Amino acid sequence: MRLQISHETVYSLTQAASRSIQYLRLTPRVDRCQRTESWVIEGPERLRPWTDGYGNTVHVASESTTHDSLVIRVSGVVTTRDTAGVLPLDDGLPPDMFLRETPLTAVSAEIAGFARPFADTRAAEGDIAALHALMTAQADAIAFEAGHTSVFTPAASAFSTGKGVCQDHAHIFIAACRVIGLPCRYVSGYLAFGSGDVATHAWAEAFVADLGWVSFDPANRQSATDAYVRLAVGPDYAAAAPVIGVRTGGGGEEVSVAVQVEQVQS
Amino acid sequence: MSETAFFDEMHSGGGVRAPYDRYAAWLHSTPVETLKQRHDQANSLFRTVGITFNVYGEDGGVERLIPFDIVPRIISAEEWDIVERGVIQRVDALNAFLHDVYNDQEILRSGRIPPELVLTNDAFRPEMLGLRLPRSVYAHVAGIDIVRIDAKTFYVLEDNARTPSGVSYMLENRQAMMRLFPDLFAAYPVAPVSHYPELLLDTLRAVAPKEVEDPTVVLLTPGQYNSAYFEHAFLAQEMGIELVEGQDLFVDDGDVFMRTTRGPKRVHVIYRRIDDDFLDPLTFRRDSTLGVAGLMAACRLGRVTVCNAVGGGIADDKAIYAYMPEIIRFYLGQEPILKNVPTYTLRRKKDLDYTLAHLPELVVKEVHGSGGYGMLVGPAASKAEIEAFRAKIVAAPDGFIAQPTLALSTCPTFVEDGIAPRHVDLRPFVLSGQKTTVVPGGLTRVAMRQGSLVVNSSQGGGTKDTWVLEKPHARPRR
Repeated sequence: MRLQISHETVYSLTQAASRSIQYLRLTPRVDRCQRTESWVIEGPERLRPWTDGYGNTVHVASESTTHDSLVIRVSGVVTTRDTAGVLPLDDGLPPDMFLRETPLTAVSAEIAGFARPFADTRAAEGDIAALHALMTAQADAIAFEAGHTSVFTPAASAFSTGKGVCQDHAHIFIAACRVIGLPCRYVSGYLAFGSGDVATHAWAEAFVADLGWVSFDPANRQSATDAYVRLAVGPDYAAAAPVIGVRTGGGGEEVSVAVQVEQVQS
Repeated sequence: MSETAFFDEMHSGGGVRAPYDRYAAWLHSTPVETLKQRHDQANSLFRTVGITFNVYGEDGGVERLIPFDIVPRIISAEEWDIVERGVIQRVDALNAFLHDVYNDQEILRSGRIPPELVLTNDAFRPEMLGLRLPRSVYAHVAGIDIVRIDAKTFYVLEDNARTPSGVSYMLENRQAMMRLFPDLFAAYPVAPVSHYPELLLDTLRAVAPKEVEDPTVVLLTPGQYNSAYFEHAFLAQEMGIELVEGQDLFVDDGDVFMRTTRGPKRVHVIYRRIDDDFLDPLTFRRDSTLGVAGLMAACRLGRVTVCNAVGGGIADDKAIYAYMPEIIRFYLGQEPILKNVPTYTLRRKKDLDYTLAHLPELVVKEVHGSGGYGMLVGPAASKAEIEAFRAKIVAAPDGFIAQPTLALSTCPTFVEDGIAPRHVDLRPFVLSGQKTTVVPGGLTRVAMRQGSLVVNSSQGGGTKDTWVLEKPHARPRR
């Protein structure tokens, strides 16, 4: 599928800031399921690309003159391919390291209780069956509802609330996978035809031996298709966040995000 | 065990060991009152200099003087040769291991170390994966804790590859001793240690980003409330470099700058004395105000060298420690010169069962603990303490290792009622830059309580000056 993407983030500051610095994980990964035809990032005064430990392309964006707003615009064309939600293990990232707990994906007693039965499914019917059953059960248990959580809400509290958005679903799924002994990681990216998504999307990838990374999007009850574009992977949102930054001064902020992902002819 | 069961650095087999011959004669002919006088003088010297140490855990951190002992620990040239070659070998292996686990991971694929022991370890930092560092050095400054059990046998108790401290005591102890006992230094060929700051600066400059000819080096401290702040200020001053806090630095366009009265100045090497977790709020703990936002970008872009490198903790992790002999063989193709203490890894059922059945004989440590906290010394513990610790182990066995209690050597020490033997260890400081070096000496820590085997300053340990004797006809002294 050939996708035309444009994504604009505007931070309006209540007071002027004297300096700001951000990490932007807003460049499609080099993966077997996607190829970037063109891609432009603009807005910040200075932008410099680097590669983080997870192989994500990151731009360090710095502003050193007084500013009362920050605008980040990305746009480009990406061609995707349907891999039935499976990516082979060839990105150099050892799966086992994703078994480590992070503050956002810590397992609570509640999550452990929810996930444990799927360990039996895993033993009886295999990894894939267990992961699909887990995704369905999670989608049933957690209502997709914005306004109850933030990007830094830990899986445990989102699970207790019973409501959340795609980040929460991804975090809960990662925590649940750890309970049944499967490494699982966070993916941030874009989704074409998303239902009501105005921001970037997030889902999860679990590692299945002999197969590779298998994607699960509990918020949409499906594995990734060619409607998905991968930007970054990591153990959780904090490591794969599309935009994360700090500034000196600036008071409060208002953020507005506009994402458009459209299929275009080749 | 009675005290006589231990190897003593000064006396053995009823006689005085060679390195101590003249010193023992001096000590035995000096009245206790004179020693007491020098001891008091030493204390007032240290109060003037202001070396203090914050102790965590009680009253939210109290400042106090680490006891200094006026009796030196003396090491012969031949003994030092073993220690020096041993720690250099060890640190070379640690650096090779770190380079490997963050790049090709050959040791994991070879099966010499269970891969999950590294990959699922909290001390492993995926943020460092695939990064090539100048000269492939990660642990630029390493402190290797060594104990001795007999004339020839040295054990490494622990490796410190993160931000080891204590070197300022090595330097200050020597200065104090030279003022207190000038005659002894005239009589003994004690190898100098005062060039350590110079060597440290050479090391830091040697790992600057490669296009930089005259690198700017700074020392990054968490600030004056840190227990080792004195050392940070001391080393920065000795090296003639800026002592900075996170707020003094900023990242712009991938470069690190220091704020100065004459405007921003580019920084190329950061000798950081703050933990990984606090280095960059955009990568590690978001709530950290001690670090520099953007530092990991600068580091991965090769614009700045952070010393020690992020992620070195995987090399000095207590669970990895057990594999150090294998690590040395794997990377260097050599047999370890210094021994490793046999280690029971309690995540293994067999080791756990053994440990629980032998707690009164063993030392049990938390895998991620340091400073002698959260540690059980079986032979010195009460029944109640052992049972309380047993419950902790059973609740989370993965978090612990156990080792046999070593018969740490003793060294004569000035105590209330005169001179008496106390247990000691030794931490030499190994520098890795253009080459791997160690100044002849280190920090000798002494357990001031009779019979105690815990030398950590946080647990009431003191320090001694460490004299490494030069070989006859050694090169001229600096």
